[in-house]
Amino acid sequence: MKYIDAFRNADVARGFANAMAQEVQKGRHYRLMEFCGGHTHAIFRFGIHTMVPKEIAFVHGPGCPVCVLPKSRVDYAIALLQQHRVMLCTYGDVMRVPASGGNSLLEEKAKGADVRMVYSAQDALQLARLHPEREVVFFALGFETTTPPTAVVLLQAQREGLKNFSVFCNHLLTPPAMRQVLDSNDLCIDAILGPSHVSTIIGSEAYQFCADDLKLPLVIAGFEPLDVMQSVLMLIRQLNRGDCRVENQYARAVKAEGNQKAQRMMAEVFTIRDHFEWRGLGMLPASGLQIAQRFSLWDAEKRFEVCAMEHDDEVKGCLCPSILRGVSQPQDCRLFGRGCTPEKPQGACMVSSEGACAAYWQYGMGSGALRQDAEVVL
Amino acid sequence: MCLAIPALVVSLDEITAMATVDIGGVRKEVSTQLVEDLCIGDYVLIHVGFALQKLDEDEAAQTLKLFAELQSMDNDQ
Ligand code: SF4
Repeated sequence: MKYIDAFRNADVARGFANAMAQEVQKGRHYRLMEFCGGHTHAIFRFGIHTMVPKEIAFVHGPGCPVCVLPKSRVDYAIALLQQHRVMLCTYGDVMRVPASGGNSLLEEKAKGADVRMVYSAQDALQLARLHPEREVVFFALGFETTTPPTAVVLLQAQREGLKNFSVFCNHLLTPPAMRQVLDSNDLCIDAILGPSHVSTIIGSEAYQFCADDLKLPLVIAGFEPLDVMQSVLMLIRQLNRGDCRVENQYARAVKAEGNQKAQRMMAEVFTIRDHFEWRGLGMLPASGLQIAQRFSLWDAEKRFEVCAMEHDDEVKGCLCPSILRGVSQPQDCRLFGRGCTPEKPQGACMVSSEGACAAYWQYGMGSGALRQDAEVVL
Repeated sequence: MCLAIPALVVSLDEITAMATVDIGGVRKEVSTQLVEDLCIGDYVLIHVGFALQKLDEDEAAQTLKLFAELQSMDNDQ
């Protein structure tokens, strides 16, 4: 397939691996944080961690929107189902996230609640048009990649004067979270692999603070294995030269200014929340979006009153907070694989396939040999 | 969750702002409301039913050229 096969060529991957082996300075450590869960998944799926020289370590960041969704937000969604009998539409990834009581949207659905898995925000809008007698709520979440589609359906709902549709907004902003995580004292990383598809929207200029303020080199990297390999080599070269710049390996999809049409729509529909809770990271200032006042008719949080709910703490022993900040590794957690698996996740990082714990589990990390499902390209 | 995939635009409907795209032989309808100046034959990144961004052929060719150079260097050794 165009734009895919050429970026998965094993010979070129070997070429990159050789170049890295020649260029790394022996004895030096290169700790690279991939902010985005998509990269974490790609690194293990394609066995990239087995191809790079041992001087290079991948540190996994918090960029998985399902992993960082706090329990209280799932609790809220369940309250909408139980207290207001809404039809709740959401993306498949969020269906299995455990809420405070341990139950998930999937379990609520099994008990008879009207939960619909949708592929697109537009499908949720269409359900509202088809069921004028029902209150249809779209449980929206994700980073800047998934936010513009939510903006589009809100604008559409307003245009059509759709009265039975609203959005429960959980959209997150990448740059403020990145700044918070990277600014902490106990973090020791040397450079950053920047997000792929978030960057198609926000553009490469949005990361300038990493180089200017945090003095960390950053390369925006595509999700294909050769994109990741090339980006790692670019970071090694920056570090060897003592540079810290924002570079863009994924230039076929990412412009310096990003997608301005999408940015305009987001600015029209959303405003920045003062604080938003990130599971594992706590309250982060100016890191989430809410629906603008002008669209409050379509804001589920304004539309429905929900009775107070009790929220649980995280499971005892779960290391997610330090894993999401790149300080611990999944196998450091004593629950990893013992009580916490993708079938029965205890913490955030095991819920989504893009979470570090789930990726380690799926690809057999921390338990010895690589498993069958890793598509090692070398 | 932020995964987007490349797809070829095969037809466009300006009234509904929808496009038919081809993803490795599979046809899909996606919204074009987030991208400007889309043409038939363009490649776009598709995410949750929306075209997010056009792919830039020249930039892709540049990247592939670098890959080819690396490979020839490697073969020379
Ligand atoms: S293995 Fe489970 S409990 Fe342990 S850190 Fe990961 S998600 Fe949390």
